[in-house]
Amino acid sequence: MSDTGFDAQDLARRWRPPPLIASARLRWLLGLGAAIYFALAIGTLEVNWLRIYEGLDRGWAFVIAFTDPDFSTRWIDIRDGLIESLVMTVTSTVIGIAISIPIAFGAARNIAPLPVYLLCRAIIAVSRSLQEIIIAIFFVAIFGFGPLAGVLTLSFATIGFLSKLLAEDIEDIDKGQAEAVRATGARWLQLMNYGIQPQVMPRLIGLSLYRLDINFRESAVVGLVGAGGIGATLNTAFDRYEFDTAAAILISIIGIVMIAEYSSGLIRARVQ
Amino acid sequence: MPITEHAGAKLWQRRTTGRQFAIWFGWLLGVALFLYCWKQISDVTTWYFFWDAPRIAGDIGGRMVPPRWSYIDKLWVPLWDTLNIATLGTALAIVMAVPVAFMAARNTTPSATLIRPIALLIIVSSRSINSLIWALLLVSIIGPGILAGTIAIGLRSIGFIAKLLYEAIEEIDKNQVEAISATGASRWQGMAYGIMPQIAPAFAGITVFRWDINIRESTVLGLVGAGGIGLQLQSSLNVLAWPQVTLILITILIAVLFSEWVSAKVRHAII
Repeated sequence: MSDTGFDAQDLARRWRPPPLIASARLRWLLGLGAAIYFALAIGTLEVNWLRIYEGLDRGWAFVIAFTDPDFSTRWIDIRDGLIESLVMTVTSTVIGIAISIPIAFGAARNIAPLPVYLLCRAIIAVSRSLQEIIIAIFFVAIFGFGPLAGVLTLSFATIGFLSKLLAEDIEDIDKGQAEAVRATGARWLQLMNYGIQPQVMPRLIGLSLYRLDINFRESAVVGLVGAGGIGATLNTAFDRYEFDTAAAILISIIGIVMIAEYSSGLIRARVQ
Repeated sequence: MPITEHAGAKLWQRRTTGRQFAIWFGWLLGVALFLYCWKQISDVTTWYFFWDAPRIAGDIGGRMVPPRWSYIDKLWVPLWDTLNIATLGTALAIVMAVPVAFMAARNTTPSATLIRPIALLIIVSSRSINSLIWALLLVSIIGPGILAGTIAIGLRSIGFIAKLLYEAIEEIDKNQVEAISATGASRWQGMAYGIMPQIAPAFAGITVFRWDINIRESTVLGLVGAGGIGLQLQSSLNVLAWPQVTLILITILIAVLFSEWVSAKVRHAII
């Protein structure tokens, strides 16, 4: 085979999978940059090994607590916290959806005039760029402690999420159906109701269920800053190192999220 | 299609009467549930504070401007910490999420009856618990600081990365893996040469996307003592230093926009 200059074994041995980044120089530069960055970043970690060593016991206690969660000692607090979280979830999702739908229609370029479009897009951008917890801090300062601040926070966060995704869906609709409705002499409201709403309904239901799920998870967080829900109970449990109670709360949250995800999956499969 | 006789004329209706009633009843239940929940909220709310809110909001707004620009000198280090928490946390998450993803994907899991449910449980647990709660937990275990924040971000991101990654693994082209194993490759070689190249772009995209989210989340971890710019936010809020709060919020906003820009650029370059 040597006269053809083709040595399959040699070629196979020298073959390397093609790299993700084609340019060798860029590849090395990125690798070097990443290495330097990680060296610097890990240098800033300031690991207090003694503290961690002490913490290991506590960490282990927490892991053990998960196998033996204590629902009974603080049962009343856990129950009230969970019910409040659920109540906040339902209220904020309904209010959030009610406000999101008009904003979503306004933020869809194919049905809204430019000034309305820009205004609605601005509202969405503000809602999306602010963290829930920061909004919660402000709402607690403004409206006082309690679940109302949490409900308003979650409603506000829902607007950014739901309006944006719904507006994108409205922009993607089949124009033919809307035109057919318009051709029958429908007014604007009838056009929305018969030409557009049926097309985006499955997506709206899916997104709403998904947001219900997210709002429940977030309702556990806004309690940390005094905006109601299970978060306050959880925070207290951690502060007192009552890991078995904390584990019980976390298991409840995970359980409820799993049930919600499973049932919303069933409903979404039916409507889509 | 339900049609009824009405004064001699046939009338078309969209739904049967029973179905119409069922839907109406569903709405009734929904509205009742909402009103009940609203009543619960309303009962524990001091409505005087609510009606007083515009005045308070105006008051706080007035105190917040102008931002105290000179405070920026104290924000560079926390900002750097925030970046590190997000990046190291993402790296930590990748290390843990990749094996979980391979265990959770139907086509690569070693055991669909035993290991896959465990992997799915890890994913759902990690996703259901917010990074602030992970941080709260870790602060109480290993003490306040950047390390707690990094691990919190890492634990939180496992679920996200592993979920998207295992969905990508389940969608791969089987023929390539079969071709590799037909050459006599071992299980690991099959993964490295048959699966990895197929999921590499999705993997890179997911990672950058999660890094972007992590920057956003790590800005507030300081509120529970887990390091980063949130610590400054917390201490400013505690002393009601509103001009500093404004500056910190502006800084966070710029950091978030920057990370979004970076992630959009990188994803655009990969995909």
